[in-house]
Amino acid sequence: MTLRLERGTFTTTFTQRLKELSGQDLFTCYQCGKCSAGCPSASVMETPPHAVVRLAWLGQEKALRGLNTYWLCAACLTCDLRCPKGIDVSRIMEALRVMFLRPREEPDMVAPDSLPKDMLSRIPQQALVAGLRKYTK
Amino acid sequence: MKTYYYPGCTLPDKARDFDTSARACCELLGLELEEMERWVCCGSAFKLDHKNIMQHLAPIRNLAEVHKEGGRLMTLCVFCYNSLKRANYAFLAEPDKHEVINDFIESDYDGKVPVVHLLEMLKDEVGFEALAEKVKRPLGGLRVAPFYGCLLLRPQEEIGFEDPENPTVMEKLFEALGAEVVSYPHRLECCGSYLSLKDRDHTTSMVTRVLESAVEAGANAIVTSCPMCNFNFEFFGGELVARDTIHTFYFTELLALALGADRKLCGLEQHETDVDRLIDEALAAPATAAAGSETAGSGTSGARASGDQAPDARNG
Repeated sequence: MTLRLERGTFTTTFTQRLKELSGQDLFTCYQCGKCSAGCPSASVMETPPHAVVRLAWLGQEKALRGLNTYWLCAACLTCDLRCPKGIDVSRIMEALRVMFLRPREEPDMVAPDSLPKDMLSRIPQQALVAGLRKYTK
Repeated sequence: MKTYYYPGCTLPDKARDFDTSARACCELLGLELEEMERWVCCGSAFKLDHKNIMQHLAPIRNLAEVHKEGGRLMTLCVFCYNSLKRANYAFLAEPDKHEVINDFIESDYDGKVPVVHLLEMLKDEVGFEALAEKVKRPLGGLRVAPFYGCLLLRPQEEIGFEDPENPTVMEKLFEALGAEVVSYPHRLECCGSYLSLKDRDHTTSMVTRVLESAVEAGANAIVTSCPMCNFNFEFFGGELVARDTIHTFYFTELLALALGADRKLCGLEQHETDVDRLIDEALAAPATAAAGSETAGSGTSGARASGDQAPDARNG
């Protein structure tokens, strides 16, 4: 039996939407792993960034849903800077957050009144604005 | 070109030290600033999903406000700097959307308002040699670890005032101020940013990695341009902060001090660590680089203080 693997095989509504939101061509990635090597959060990610890109271009929506990778991405942009193929991996992470945040049924990941009081009294406003944009619907 | 200062949400409150000291620096350096009369939130983090220009309306609205007056926008917080500069870049890249955006925010913005950071002005307009000549209190006893973090430098093609993998602006600044600049491997790392809202253990490990690296290299001060980094370092710095091993400053606090600003105008109030003691010691020590020569105006003169090493660049 012959199985032909080509772009069309992996193109789904999910990958199309991801491409549209991130503005990145997932197929450009050749899995060098430089994004994961420089990622300051890779050590605590269930799946490192380059593997997430791989899952994304294979259209593995189910495998991607629920991963902690894109929530642990701090958007520090080191991966974008170092990608030899010019992919903005941080944009792919943002697109995944956008796609998976809205359908979530669990409570918001961050609630201001759940933060420790001493932290809340000192944390910069910019962190609350940026964080609540990232973590809450 | 007139420079309009955009303070953003954090500088009037949780980062007052940054605001106060930067204003003092600009006054002493003859950099004229006028705070924008009306400004709105910059959006804080620049939204990375591509297609939705609505995400960028807040920063564009600020730029349109400056455009009305004719001038440029200067900001200090690197979240604001990154957000405003990138939104402007995105705006310029999509001329077909200008009409819709301008209709919505009721302006005629053309994407041409320059966004600058105070560090850029120090580097390109004041110059570090001229700056060294204006130093009145060399920061001799400070061993400074410049911390750049993420948003001041990245992404290169949109921000681009320094090499994002090997910046030198803060090193040159602190050499000019007579401090000892410490070289350490983690100056470009992420401090954890607002992951601290959710993943506090991970933020602690990110902060610890940076602070330990700076301390190991001999630093007693880590200097940033970001209220987020400052907060994370002080809040998650653990023993290194609790024991005053390393102190966190905004670059403007130390710059204002070196330029001879009244101590009350140098910020230095919202700190977790005993910065007063460190600064008294620093001002009493001899300068390590060519800078001004006067020791502390406060009259501190530690045993190590001697004017010998610093050329007198100030008299007159």
